[in-house]
Amino acid sequence: MDPIITITNLDKTYKSGFSALRNINLEIRRGEIFALLGPNGAGKTTLISTICGIVNPTAGRVLADGHDIVRDYRASRSKIGLVPQELHTDAFETVWATLNFSRGLFGKPSDPALLERILRDLSLWDKRDAKIMTLSGGMKRRVMIAKALSHEPSILFLDEPTAGVDVELRRDMWAMVRGLRERGVTIILTTHYIEEAEEMADRIGVISKGEIILVEEKTRLMRQLGKKQLTLQLQSPLAAIPPELAGEPLELSADGNELVYTFDTQSERTGIAGLLRRLAEHGIDFKDLHSSESSLEDIFVSLVSTRA
Amino acid sequence: MNLHAIRAIYRFEMARTGRTLMQSIASPVLSTSLYFIVFGAAIGSRMGAVDGVDYGAFIIPGLIMLTLLTESISNASFGIYLPKWSGTIYELLSAPVSWIEVVVGYVGAAASKSVILGLLILITARFFVAYEIAHPLWMIGFLVLTAATFSLFGFIIGIWADGFEKLQVIPLMIVTPLTFLGGSFYSISMLPPFWQKVALINPVVYLVNGFRWSFYGVSDVNAALSFSMTLAFLVVCLGVVWWIFRTGYRLRQ
Repeated sequence: MDPIITITNLDKTYKSGFSALRNINLEIRRGEIFALLGPNGAGKTTLISTICGIVNPTAGRVLADGHDIVRDYRASRSKIGLVPQELHTDAFETVWATLNFSRGLFGKPSDPALLERILRDLSLWDKRDAKIMTLSGGMKRRVMIAKALSHEPSILFLDEPTAGVDVELRRDMWAMVRGLRERGVTIILTTHYIEEAEEMADRIGVISKGEIILVEEKTRLMRQLGKKQLTLQLQSPLAAIPPELAGEPLELSADGNELVYTFDTQSERTGIAGLLRRLAEHGIDFKDLHSSESSLEDIFVSLVSTRA
Repeated sequence: MNLHAIRAIYRFEMARTGRTLMQSIASPVLSTSLYFIVFGAAIGSRMGAVDGVDYGAFIIPGLIMLTLLTESISNASFGIYLPKWSGTIYELLSAPVSWIEVVVGYVGAAASKSVILGLLILITARFFVAYEIAHPLWMIGFLVLTAATFSLFGFIIGIWADGFEKLQVIPLMIVTPLTFLGGSFYSISMLPPFWQKVALINPVVYLVNGFRWSFYGVSDVNAALSFSMTLAFLVVCLGVVWWIFRTGYRLRQ
């Protein structure tokens, strides 16, 4: 698929000497939801800010929908909508006025019908004449999304869209993001909530200390790095794992009631059948069993910690 | 050229004036009226004419200039400082606009406000003293040029400032003294010879005198020189703003 954003050898070193981005190479596919994961200070916001024109790149090149973000900034920026992490709003403006301002600033003629649709989609229509300072935090977040959508961007950046947002609004936002994708908008979101990436993203990129350390399809990532665990609830507690089974990847819970077997989903043979047979040979009975897959969060934590 | 952006910024800034009508229009008009009452109507009657112009009428151009300079600077500096301070500047920086659109929008709005203010003071003055305007077109020309130039200067201050107090420093410590010493309330020829020479270093002398010339046809300095000096300052400010946007100074990291 052709990329909508192409980042080549991008570097950003701040005046303080802090190297925030190091040789970033990344392609974002048209129409996908891309989640950028990374710990605090990894460079997520710097990367987004550079693509959007808020931070000047030190070296490298970024193309947004085929337009160079420095040389051809008018064309590239008019394609991009940005919802920053912090709630920056004009306190004294009304919702309606601020939306019209945003649309005009991005060079689009006024279109009240479109703005009405955006406000209705975000449940803000009733608040259109309210001053922004009178709105709750969640509402302000919606206003910022509405502003970013007001010029009909084909690329939308959401920097930590659901940080500090209640569950209901988070669900709404996920639904909205999916709706936008259906209309062909490419979405790049950064998040701390792995759950969010797991729920939403088509692909996941992990950034750590200014470097992209991994880009992968979400499903493949989870399959590749994912481990499964089989938990057996024992009929009667064990004092220790029998020495004959010592070579197996087994763990006994503290109370001796559970036996946990960890296996790799990638390998040809999981070894479950053999394990169960040997348990039976040693007279270890179980009353229940369940298997679980590791979450993206586990994968993420292990990825970042092994690099640290 | 992104005309929609210019319009959006201009309207946003003018709406801000609308919300702060008392502060941005009413209070400068009130304080200028007080000057007229004290210096024009009360003390003015005891003062002799300056260069053949009644003292009350003589101070009108200077008073308008005083307001024009301080208000242009404060309007424009506040206009660009506020989004920097509140963080909403992210939108401007990520928008498909060049420095020209940003400047025309912000500085245009600040200058418009100052011109309106200047004309309001002119109308207010009519209630206190009689005056004539010898060269109305030049008068408007000086008004608009000064408003634009000092709004641009204020815009630069707004970008440079990294705290509210810095916004006040230059208007308070430099512009106001220069204006008071720039012949707003007296003719340079009233000074001792040495101080006349010193006064000519003060750029505001040229602004006030050029403006006064458009009213009464009298001036301590050549009006054409006044006009060209203001124009030159405008060009310098434009150069600085161009440099700011080129390097991202205090705007883009």
